[in-house]
Amino acid sequence: MNGPELLAGHAGVFRTRVGACWPGTRAVFRGQDLHRDLTGIGWMDLFLLGITGRRFTANALRLLDGMWALTAYPDTRLWNNRVAALAASARSLPSLGLAAGIAASDARVFGGGPAFFSIDFFLRAGERRRAGDDVETLVAAELAERRRILGYGRPMSSTDERLPPLLALAAREGLADGEHLRLALDVEQALLRRQPFLKLNYAGATAALAADLGLSARQYQLYNVFKTMAGMPPCVVEAAEKPEGALMPVPCANVVYEGHSRRSWPERRSTRHS
Amino acid sequence: MSALHTRIWQEDPEPGNPFAARAAHCHGYDVYGEMLGRAGWADMLFLLFRGEAPWPEQAELLEMLAVALANAGPRNDAVHAAMAAAAGGAPAAAALIAALSVGAGRHDGARDVFDAMTDWAGCGFDLAAWQQRLGNTAPARLDLWPDSGRAPGFDPHGRGTAGIVVQALDSLAALAQAERLRWLARHRAELEAAAGLPLAMSGVAAAALADLGFSPAQGEMLFLLLRLPGAAAHALEQRERGFKQFPFPAVELAEAAA
Repeated sequence: MNGPELLAGHAGVFRTRVGACWPGTRAVFRGQDLHRDLTGIGWMDLFLLGITGRRFTANALRLLDGMWALTAYPDTRLWNNRVAALAASARSLPSLGLAAGIAASDARVFGGGPAFFSIDFFLRAGERRRAGDDVETLVAAELAERRRILGYGRPMSSTDERLPPLLALAAREGLADGEHLRLALDVEQALLRRQPFLKLNYAGATAALAADLGLSARQYQLYNVFKTMAGMPPCVVEAAEKPEGALMPVPCANVVYEGHSRRSWPERRSTRHS
Repeated sequence: MSALHTRIWQEDPEPGNPFAARAAHCHGYDVYGEMLGRAGWADMLFLLFRGEAPWPEQAELLEMLAVALANAGPRNDAVHAAMAAAAGGAPAAAALIAALSVGAGRHDGARDVFDAMTDWAGCGFDLAAWQQRLGNTAPARLDLWPDSGRAPGFDPHGRGTAGIVVQALDSLAALAQAERLRWLARHRAELEAAAGLPLAMSGVAAAALADLGFSPAQGEMLFLLLRLPGAAAHALEQRERGFKQFPFPAVELAEAAA
């Protein structure tokens, strides 16, 4: 079925498999009664159940929780945190600030973009490695097709201070021996032979660990939405404590104009031609 | 403190207060001293994005496009989202964030316009190139934005081109600046056959925005912006009517574990 008939088939009644609530009676979450079958469930457990439809082991959940905590930096200068804090400085609502800050984390140079493309690479490369390709072949092919492999190198620093605690956490939870993390480390060696600054970074390591936990690229994209969010509330709190509009005030002289020189607004009544 | 660099805006400080502007210039034009009263909304939009004052034909096209896009109506998903936010009493910005978030997508949204404008940049007025592009909708690689699996700028659920799409295309194509729009109107049947779908409003918008010389990124941003007025008005209306009058459909839950 397609066309308007397809839409008609979805109109008037909402069909779902993931859940619903009947106020005063019950709520169903992924086929289970939220208050009876899922009593005592933790937030991360529920979040991953919502995304994937399956329950994760306690050690996996601790790792997924730690992957967020280790990169929650309350530095208001960071772009996404700054967005959230500016909302507080402007005396807007915390929800609006956090919503915008989270959206700003879906960036190309940090946050959502590198994470997504990194897990996509590990999942594709893992499949090809299982089929017999060696790492050097995989890296060469990826670089030839896409010029770079996300998850390696870091523009602001050559080392990633989050990696030692992340890998220690993974080891502590018995989750540091997965095929995708091993692949990530082997790819690092192949890249370092080309460029000495292309070390595995946090986006790459967390993506490899998530791949080892069985997340798809789209599932990981959804999990990652809150990855840096815990760094934002302290920035919001502090910005709200400062005088309004005083978070990062910019004097006119600190805006360097590089555009057209001053001119008069044209009175254009005639027809142009290019 | 490092400085911010811009080609768009220049402010002169008030004597004695470097944080207050005495005058502001946009791409060289004195906004408050000269443009107010002489420049229209479409003029200002064009100036901000293109860096030049529009010729009358350009302002006319942008203004007509702005009217065509101002309200997608309450059945539209982005407007629906704005109304849903407002019906529960959420703040004004939540309604607009809702409209932007939904209206950003590939279905009848700004990303569709971006994709269609990218096609304009690649195919121009070459019908054979368009037919090849529209017939090949398999994504080259995984993208952050979910794939639509169809040609951008076309209606996935349409049966024939919707009347308002044809009306918008015909009116816009009659304007002097509307080179791509006229070509689109002339070749609509061939393009729809290649896409296997009827033209959508996003496809009309993409052609108009390309005719105005905007890049796909600029067009995406402007489409988001120009679609907001209707979402705002419908949100305010539903906020006033309240959640009890806002549709809440019956649910059919498949109870098996999902």
